[in-house]
Amino acid sequence: MNETSLNISIRDVTKKYDQFYALKDVSLEINSGEFMTLLGPSGSGKTTLLMVLAGFTNPDYGSVKFGDEEVILKPPHLRGIGMVFQNYALFPHMTVEQNVGYPQKLRGVSTSETKRSVEEALNTVKLEGLGHRGINELSGGQRQRVALARAIVFKPKILLMDEPLSALDKKLREEMQIELRQLHDTLNMTTVYVTHDQKEALTMSDRITVINDGELMQLGTPNEIYEHPNNHFIADFIGESSLLPVAVRNGKASLNGEDITLAEGAEKSGEFLLVVRPEKAFLADKKIKGSNYFVGKLIDSIFQGESQLLVVKLNADDDDGHEVRVRVPNESVTQKALPAVGENVTIGLKVADSYVVS
Amino acid sequence: MTIVDMEKPNERGLQQVAANERLTFFGLTLPYLLMVTALIVIPVGWLFYLSFIGRDGSLSFENYERMMKSKAYIRIFLTTFKISILTTIICAAIGYPLAYFMSQLSRKWANICMIGVLIPFWTSLLVRTYAWLVLLQKKGLLNNMAIEMGLISEPIKIVHNTTGTLIGMVHIMLPFLILPLYANMRAIDKDALKAASSLGATPTRAFWTVFFPLSLPGLLAGLLIVFVLCLGFYVTPAILGGGRVIMAAMKISSNIELYFSWGAASALGVVLLVVTGIILFIASKLVSMDQLGNR
Repeated sequence: MNETSLNISIRDVTKKYDQFYALKDVSLEINSGEFMTLLGPSGSGKTTLLMVLAGFTNPDYGSVKFGDEEVILKPPHLRGIGMVFQNYALFPHMTVEQNVGYPQKLRGVSTSETKRSVEEALNTVKLEGLGHRGINELSGGQRQRVALARAIVFKPKILLMDEPLSALDKKLREEMQIELRQLHDTLNMTTVYVTHDQKEALTMSDRITVINDGELMQLGTPNEIYEHPNNHFIADFIGESSLLPVAVRNGKASLNGEDITLAEGAEKSGEFLLVVRPEKAFLADKKIKGSNYFVGKLIDSIFQGESQLLVVKLNADDDDGHEVRVRVPNESVTQKALPAVGENVTIGLKVADSYVVS
Repeated sequence: MTIVDMEKPNERGLQQVAANERLTFFGLTLPYLLMVTALIVIPVGWLFYLSFIGRDGSLSFENYERMMKSKAYIRIFLTTFKISILTTIICAAIGYPLAYFMSQLSRKWANICMIGVLIPFWTSLLVRTYAWLVLLQKKGLLNNMAIEMGLISEPIKIVHNTTGTLIGMVHIMLPFLILPLYANMRAIDKDALKAASSLGATPTRAFWTVFFPLSLPGLLAGLLIVFVLCLGFYVTPAILGGGRVIMAAMKISSNIELYFSWGAASALGVVLLVVTGIILFIASKLVSMDQLGNR
């Protein structure tokens, strides 16, 4: 491992508020230099976990180690972490330069060295030349960059980020996602990133930890989390899946009484949910082997630019018929006409893409 | 529509709407404007005029000359400023920590504390001042208790002097300092302090480098309100000072009630007004400088 980053070892961290567990026996190993995202809906405990790492929230019990050093009893200012807050938390009474130089001043770094490191940090976040600006003269995106420069100027080995992009508009947010990831690759510090935006998590992370109700649900690479969700919560939370009830009896799966073939998960009997990703489902003219097919009625068709989203209701006559979403890519103008709303359609899903979760 | 006939649709109508809006706003401020004119501008103008009228009814500077020459007047001004400055400083020393404490509480508890701060406002100024007299006088509650407990053998003099005046004035002025200061402190981003801490600042360092500078506008506003109110304060120093602490407002009153000297009273009022104006001007410069730094 190089000296610019530290691994983080979280063990049995538990935080209880009255009867409610914000964190329940959370254990997690974050590798040195890794970009780890804590992903979960609001109130899941992801921010609490980040605050425990930063030292702003003390758990009831548990251990947090940076490298080999136990830090759980240390106050925040002795932990040596860089942190970027959701609303930037810049100092409005200081200029950009003073904000970024603040941690250096606290560390007794010489004036000339501070000046040099502030310049370097501002260059890194592409804010060169704006050092003398006041904070209120900056746009949201620029403030975000100042907050980032301030958090990295003293070269911390660990960088914590609490939904840093949530206040930016979509286009800027997507640009910043790529930039943050590139920055991480350049500086190579261990990064723990909190977000509720699954797409953001998929875009940026080395690994993702999905948290819900204070518990770790799944830990894996973006690919693993997306392609092999552990349970229906993750299958539902990541991507825009449709979940269809499937009964498995003696290794045979059936949906609405019709047999289907599963790629995996037919070993145990019971009630499961079939995960249908809209981009993996397709409109079928004829039934070819190797896919499962469902017949339904097209009830909505939405143009979304790069694709057309079709909403199909299986067993349309039934009030509680399930809806399946199918994404048809906007590939070319010669593409054959899409079915009209109200028509009956057949949806296909390859056996390889057919898996169930509990 | 042809290019020649470049009519701007509804231009006149929309201008009329804007004009009506302006008229409405003017209408809303009218009662206040009338009141200020009738009750402040005219009397103050009249006072100003009177201050330049001598005893014989002619235009003269004698009222001002007397003030410059008379040691009594100079002493009164010094007392007024001394009491006002001391009250302001003591208010800040007591009010800042309290406002800070309240700003760190949850909204619910802060509101309960705020009721505590505001309760004094529910009783009349006169009642509160006399209550202090009852507590502090020679055979008052405080002296009696201290003697009974054996802390002192003789009653100590804590009223009818500067000490008593200060105690009463600080008590009455405190809410005026706390209200703007607390509002300011509430608005300070708590994450900014967390950020300072995560960047390596000890709690003390974070307070002095982040919280305190950000609370300055509220502190200055509070100090200013207290100081200016103190300058013109009458009831409390009159009762708790026992005639030994004479402030400008009391001299104005005695000039009129004892000597029927409207000219002298007016001149004193004008000087007080001008001095207050200068202080406000300087303070507003200070505050706006600070806000400049915020930008």
